[in-house]
Parts: sequence; C-alpha cells; structure tokens
Amino acid sequence: MPAPTPEEVKGLVGGGAGSPVIRKILDSDILHSFRSSKLTMVAAVIVLLCFLGALLAPWIAPFDPFDPAKVFLSDASIPPVWQQGGDSRFVIGTDDQGRDMFSAILYGLRVSLAVGGLGVLLAATIGITLGLVAGYMGGRIDAIIMRIADVQLTFPAILIALLIDGVAQGLFQGLPREQSAIPVLVISIGLSFWVQYARTIRGSTLVEKNKDYVHAARLVGLPAPVIMLRHVLPNVIGPVLVILTINLGLAVITEATLSFLGVGLPPTQPSLGTLISIGNKYLFSGDWWIVAFPGATLAILVLAVNLLGDWLRDALNPRLR
Amino acid sequence: MLAFVIRRIMQSAAVMLAVALIAFLMFRFVGDPVNQMVGVDTPQEEVARLRQSLGLNDPTIVQFGRFMWNALHFDFGVSYQFRQPVTRLLAERAPATLELAFTAAAFALVVGLVMGVYCALRRDSWLAQLFQAISLIGVSLPTFLIGILLIYLFAVVLGWLPSNGRGQVVKFGDWWTTGFLTASGLRALVLPAITLGLFQMTLIMRLVRAEMLEVMRTDYIKFAKARGLRTRSIHFGHALKNTLIPVITIAGLQLGSIIAFAIITETVFNWPGMGLLFLKAVQNVDIPIMAAYLMLIGLLFVLINLLVDLTYGLVDPRLRIAMRS
Repeated sequence: MPAPTPEEVKGLVGGGAGSPVIRKILDSDILHSFRSSKLTMVAAVIVLLCFLGALLAPWIAPFDPFDPAKVFLSDASIPPVWQQGGDSRFVIGTDDQGRDMFSAILYGLRVSLAVGGLGVLLAATIGITLGLVAGYMGGRIDAIIMRIADVQLTFPAILIALLIDGVAQGLFQGLPREQSAIPVLVISIGLSFWVQYARTIRGSTLVEKNKDYVHAARLVGLPAPVIMLRHVLPNVIGPVLVILTINLGLAVITEATLSFLGVGLPPTQPSLGTLISIGNKYLFSGDWWIVAFPGATLAILVLAVNLLGDWLRDALNPRLR
Repeated sequence: MLAFVIRRIMQSAAVMLAVALIAFLMFRFVGDPVNQMVGVDTPQEEVARLRQSLGLNDPTIVQFGRFMWNALHFDFGVSYQFRQPVTRLLAERAPATLELAFTAAAFALVVGLVMGVYCALRRDSWLAQLFQAISLIGVSLPTFLIGILLIYLFAVVLGWLPSNGRGQVVKFGDWWTTGFLTASGLRALVLPAITLGLFQMTLIMRLVRAEMLEVMRTDYIKFAKARGLRTRSIHFGHALKNTLIPVITIAGLQLGSIIAFAIITETVFNWPGMGLLFLKAVQNVDIPIMAAYLMLIGLLFVLINLLVDLTYGLVDPRLRIAMRS
C-alpha cells in the first residue's frame, strides 16, 4: 500500500464515527445564513404550518369531510364567506358534495405529504443502497446498476411513475382502488426518483473507499455490509439531505399530477391533486373556489419546499459561503 | 471516430432492447391477454384454442422473439378497449401531439432566448427581475395547474381562446391532419402550447442568462469592446453566438421530454393526441397501447440522445481527439 497522502490522513482522522451533517447543521454558520434570509424563514414557516396542519388535521379541521352523516348535499357549492351567498360555517366555501373546503384541504395535505414523504424516503433508501453497493463493490455490479440508472435518467420521472402505476393497477386488479392507491403511488414515486441518490452516493463512495479508515476496517476483517453501513455511509450521506428536500417538492407534484390525471388517489380519499381535478370540472360554472384553494395550497407548499431546498444546497456548500 | 459511432449505436440498440423487454414483460405478464378478449361465457375449449393460436403456449423466449419481430414491423397487436390495431390508433393521434410539441418547443426556444438575453444584458432592470420571478414560478408550479390557470383566465373570464380540442383540422395527405391552416386550429393551439412549453422556456431562459453572463466576462468580449465595436454587434455577433451551442443541445434533449409531458397538457385541454390515448390506456389497463407507447417514447429518447452525442463528436474537435486515443 502506498504511503497515505495528507488528504487521506485527514480522512482517517475525520472518518468513521459521527455524522458530519448533523454537526454542520448545528454549526452557527448555517443558523446565521438561515436567519439572514427572510425568504427562507417565510418558506420554513409555511412548510412547518403545512406539516402541522397535515399532522393535526383530525383535530383542527372544523368538519370531518369523510363522515357521510355530517356532509349534506344541501351545502354543496357554497361560495367563500366574503362572496354573496357565503355561509359563515364554511369560510372558504364547500365543494360539489357539500364538504367544507378548508377541512378537505387539510386532509388532502395529509395524504399528499404522506405519499410524497414516504415516496421520497423509499427512493432515498433504494438509491442509497444501490449507490453504496455500486460504489463499494465496483466491477460488473457497478456497471449494471449505473447502466440502469443512465437509461432511467433519460426518461422523465412522471412517465416512469405513470407506467409503474399502470402496471401495478394491472397486477392488483382485484383490490379496490381505496386500498391499493397509496402503496402504488409510494412505489411509483420511489422507483422514479432513486437515480439521483444512487449517483451522488456512488460518487462519494468511490472517493471514500480508498481512504485509510476503510482499508483499516477491511484489514480488521469486518464484513463488507458492516463497512458500507457503519463506516462509509455516515461520510457520504451529507448531500442526500439536499436532494431529499428538493425531491419532496417534486414528489408532491408527481403525486398531485397522477391524482389529477385520474390514476392516483380516488375522490373518496382525496389528495390535493384529486381535489384540484374535482374542482377543475366546476371551473366553467364559475365555482372557482373549488379548484383555486387546493391549487394555491399546492403551489405555495411546493414553492416553499423548493426555496428551502435551494437555501439548504447553498448553505451546505462551503464554496458559496 | 467510426469506432465511437459504432459503439454508440450498439449502446442505443442495447437500450432499445431493454425497453422492448420491459414492454414485452408488461404485455405478457400484466393481466392475461386472453381474458381481455373473451367474454365470461366463452367455453373453455375456445379459450384454449385462442391461447394456442396466439402462441401463448410457446416458450417465453420464442414469444419475445415474435414480439420483437412484430414490433420491427410496427405491429403491436390490438387495443383491448378499442378493438383496433394499436399502430393505427397511435398514427391517427400522432399529428396532434407532434404539432403541439413542436409549437411548444418553438415557443420555449424563442421566448426563452429573448428573455434570457434581456435578463443577462439588463441584469438590474425591473423587467429582468420580473422575468426571474416568472421563471421561479414556471419551475415550481405543476404543469396541470398552469393549464387550469390559463384556462380560467383566457377561456372562462376573458373568453378569448378555446379551452379544449384542436379546433378545425385540415386533412393533409393520407393520414396527417393539421390545425395550422385554420384560424380556429391556431387559436386552439395557443393555450396548450404555452402550458406545455412554459417549463422548458424557463429552463432555456436561465441557461441563456447564465451562459451569456459567463461569456460577457471573457477576454475576447473585453477585447471586442476595446476595439470599439458597436454594442449591438458585441452582444449578438460575439456573445450570443457562443452561448447558442449548449442552448441548442439542451433544447434538442428537451424535445423528448416535451412529447412525454404532453400527456398532462393533453389531458387538461382534452387534446386528441397520443398522450391522452396513453393515459386512457393506463386507466383501463390497456397493455398493448401502453407497450407500444413505451417503445415509441423509448425510441424517440434513444434517437435524440444518439444524435446529440454524434453531433458533439462532429462539432467539438477536443472530443474527436479524445475518441481517437
């Protein structure tokens, strides 16, 4: 083995235990850059509110939009309270079935964020695993995994998600849509977005695996999976945080698009996309609020998540500071 | 160079083969093709006979070979929903999608270029800031929401433009129909083309702006200024020309995405194209159409990538040298 270069020595000292990301986040530099950007703070507050609203929907929503005993068709298509014919019980109006829009949006956020979040986590898990294996093992395994990644990258994610969704529907034809929709969507999103994680992780793993702490671990006789998970992973996981944030916005959009196209969540279990697609039917009759409020919620949520992701990318990149 | 071209073509063929394999697996194992063709009361012998005649009892590899052979002859079987050959269904709808996609691409390229150049040259003007804000929205808003917004504004509130369909089309040759030749066809094209092209427009705008700012800092621009050339000729003759190569590459690569994303736009505007057909196929698990569309889009992406790579080799002498060694 050649003598270690200064960089490798540094890797030896710094590598192994502890995640540099956590330390970096607690670093006051990051907090400072967060506090100095008003736009980022607003975005963070919006994202936090959305998550809280989604989490607490059953307790803070004024109505339960899924309880048939409490939803009356006589309340259908009531405009927001500031328009003529508004009803003070329904601040931003009701939809075509008499459901309170505000409550429906809260529950919709819950479904959208759950599907988006789980989908992104699945994508990250698949991508990180394959990236680690490809980078660490090298050779033919690496070639096969990265070839698949290359091919998939040439196709837009939404197309792949649509295809997977179609295939899954064919496979689960017996199951009612209510039960199969969420797992199918999570899998579609997970399988459409893994490539970016795999490429990033593989790149850093290729660098890390030649550092001395990995050589040392191998000499001690640790099995490859242990080295990959316990020693290499903590040192390559950093950039994943940024991709996770940016991908959450994309995943929420993908879910909404699939639901809007009618292959996502059914109207009985509406996500934001389903609510928008329901409202779209009433656009021409002038009932603009049925589509406007879920649409605005989706747009603001995605914009805020993207701003947060952009900021995180810049803040974690020391060259830009 | 020749070795590179051959290797690159082989790679493309391998990718196409993989796509075909996926399409075949879908075709063969998702849902039973026979179940889709027979009724509940069809006798067992009839089902068995149909199975035999379709060759579903042959070894899988033989079936894959037959699938490939048929695909090479543009034969993708019969749609479960429409009971018509898939190829004919796709060919009927191809003109609508292609016209929409090319209009959207042209819109994205021209408007994106103009806005990008303006943003780079007048960085601090309020209009440039506005363009930047629009580009942020264009990247963040989902396509279908932009479509709904445009429909509400220009079709419902203002009533200027139609919100669905292709308007009046003219038959052109054997099977091509065009909306370019009638007023209603052109009017119907405006909103969908903007919706479809908006994302690519913002992409091109950001790219042109970044490239242009980069080029304006280089020495040969400083030298051109020192020579006392007119500003116009520096901006457009020297700077813009050098930003165009990456822009055209990206625009070419995005053409495939535009055709794929047409699925969403076609749904919002009820545009009778291939995307809408594919979506109906996904909803109704119409595997032959899904398989054929997958192969078509795969071929498109592979061809575009191949062309871009080969043109790079032709245009950039550095790459040619790298290939030789």
